[in-house]
Amino acid sequence: MKIKFNRKMIGSVIAAIAIYAVIAILILTGILPRSMQSLVVKISYYVVLALSLNLIVGFLGDLSLGHAAFYAVGAYAGCAFALYSGLPLIPNFIISLLIGGISAAIIGFLISCAILKLRGDYLAIVTLAFGEFIRSIVKIIPGLGGTKGLTGVPSFDRFEGFTFGYAVVIIVIIILCNFTNSRHGRTITAIRDNAIAAESVGINIKRYKVLVFTVSSFMAGMAGVLFGFYKTSVEPADFTYNVSIEVLVMVVLGGMGSLKGSVIAAIIIVALPELLREAAAYRMLIYAIALITMMMLNSSPKFAALKAKALDRLYSVRESITAVFKRAK
Amino acid sequence: MSNTPMLKVENLGITFGGLKAVDNLSLSIEKRELYGLIGPNGAGKTTVFNLLTGVYKPTTGTFCLDGEELTGKNSVEINRRGIARTFQNIRLFGQMSVLDNVKVGLSNSAHYNVFEGILRLPRYHREETEMNERAMSLLSVFGLDGEYAYKASNLPYGKQRKLEIARAMATSPKLLLLDEPAAGMNPNETAELMETIRFVREKFDMTILLIEHDMKLVSGICENVTVLNFGTVLASGKTDKVLDNPKVITAYLGE
Ligand SMILES: Nc1ncnc2c1ncn2[C@@H]1O[C@H](COP(=O)(O)OP(=O)(O)OP(=O)(O)O)[C@@H](O)[C@H]1O
Ligand SMILES: [Mg+2]
Repeated sequence: MKIKFNRKMIGSVIAAIAIYAVIAILILTGILPRSMQSLVVKISYYVVLALSLNLIVGFLGDLSLGHAAFYAVGAYAGCAFALYSGLPLIPNFIISLLIGGISAAIIGFLISCAILKLRGDYLAIVTLAFGEFIRSIVKIIPGLGGTKGLTGVPSFDRFEGFTFGYAVVIIVIIILCNFTNSRHGRTITAIRDNAIAAESVGINIKRYKVLVFTVSSFMAGMAGVLFGFYKTSVEPADFTYNVSIEVLVMVVLGGMGSLKGSVIAAIIIVALPELLREAAAYRMLIYAIALITMMMLNSSPKFAALKAKALDRLYSVRESITAVFKRAK
Repeated sequence: MSNTPMLKVENLGITFGGLKAVDNLSLSIEKRELYGLIGPNGAGKTTVFNLLTGVYKPTTGTFCLDGEELTGKNSVEINRRGIARTFQNIRLFGQMSVLDNVKVGLSNSAHYNVFEGILRLPRYHREETEMNERAMSLLSVFGLDGEYAYKASNLPYGKQRKLEIARAMATSPKLLLLDEPAAGMNPNETAELMETIRFVREKFDMTILLIEHDMKLVSGICENVTVLNFGTVLASGKTDKVLDNPKVITAYLGE
């Protein structure tokens, strides 16, 4: 097998290892305070949620307000397995992760088949309903603990939590980078840009929509398992539509179709309220304002032009800096 | 079997709430032919393309591609059977690169599955390299290879039209439908485009059905034409004869 290594890839690998090492040292030496340590784990599953939703909203261009459904299915399926399997922690987590992901993918597949004909606002409303529907179903399935949910899920220590969370984030980033740069990923962006043209070159739109929802819910399911192991319990109240909205805010703030943006926005949105404890009460209000502002700005051509100009200037500055460096060499 | 026409349309028609947008259209296009479809505004030309590509289902009639009946099939299936098109109002994948636009057209010619794509298995690398090469050589036919990394929506108008043709060609069609490819181009660009269309026909042995507004342009490159007016065929046959037909001249110049 031929693996192509290029500079960019090596750079990313080094960066990933470096970030891991730094945070690991901070945790192990106790420099990072306890509250911050758990924050690191929380960030990891939110990053996965934001990345996976970005595939639907940013790359495919469909507005889904039901992401919490897939997250819930993953969390419940994975944690139920973990509770009843009695395996040692690490294999238990890995198998639960897969079970959570696959269960969520199956539900994602079924739901997407049901909503194929819907677009825009209708799709948003129906996915929102599906989110709440799954939450109510979970309450009445025997063995899942009703409204109290599942408790006593095996738990990580902080360091393990961070390590596994980090590993899942990296895996999801690799999946998404490779997926979006494959023929399937290109097709999805093509559908977003112009559905009629996509059909004219022989693209079966429905098949790809189902594919996107399935892949996306697989990842959201894994986030659910991470969450369950982090919190050591899952209950229906963890998966209200607020979660879906919160994740959507991350995607929109980070930029539709930008993986980097989703990661950064998720980190900021999870970390900020913890850092500014007093502001936490206004969190939803701040999200709403930020979301509406971004949507208004993004749909205004003037703002887009402004942004493009700013970026151009940034690039030219960067180019002149590298040019100076080259000359200095 | 060499005398099966590439496209055979019989009594094709569609009605939109009482309006007969296309009525009783019959025509036959030979392999490797460059055929013109002309007519004044609102004559039903684009509607014919929409019928032939499954965007609309015909209310009457049938059409066959290379002897295979395609009436009633959907857009995706029709493209896979060998009809590709461009659009009068350009429809590119605007946020994607020029190269990726063509690679989307090549997508169905690759076979690696989602897992091979995510895990970057050997078939992924092999087919992606192959697609890159094919896409670049198609782009160079249309003089777009220099701009392969541009965002499609940033191309100048004339080049966007060419990119649409390149993307359609990427699906390896038997029949290429071009809807006013020269619209909005200046005379120089138009002349150059006509050269390219002729070249595409030669190089790929392509059968081409071309909608055009400009009669001079049509007479320059099409062997046969059909003139539509209010959805019905006004005249059909050898280009020079049809364009000399007084009925055609009145339809174009008005009563
Ligand atoms: N989906 C539709 N619903 C209702 N009427 C339609 C539809 N599509 C086309 N028509 C009508 O059919 C007629 C033919 O339209 P068409 O677009 O095919 O004309 P055309 O010959 O391509 O004209 P142009 O030269 O302006 O492009 C017009 O009167 C148009 O309004
Ligand atoms: Mg038209």
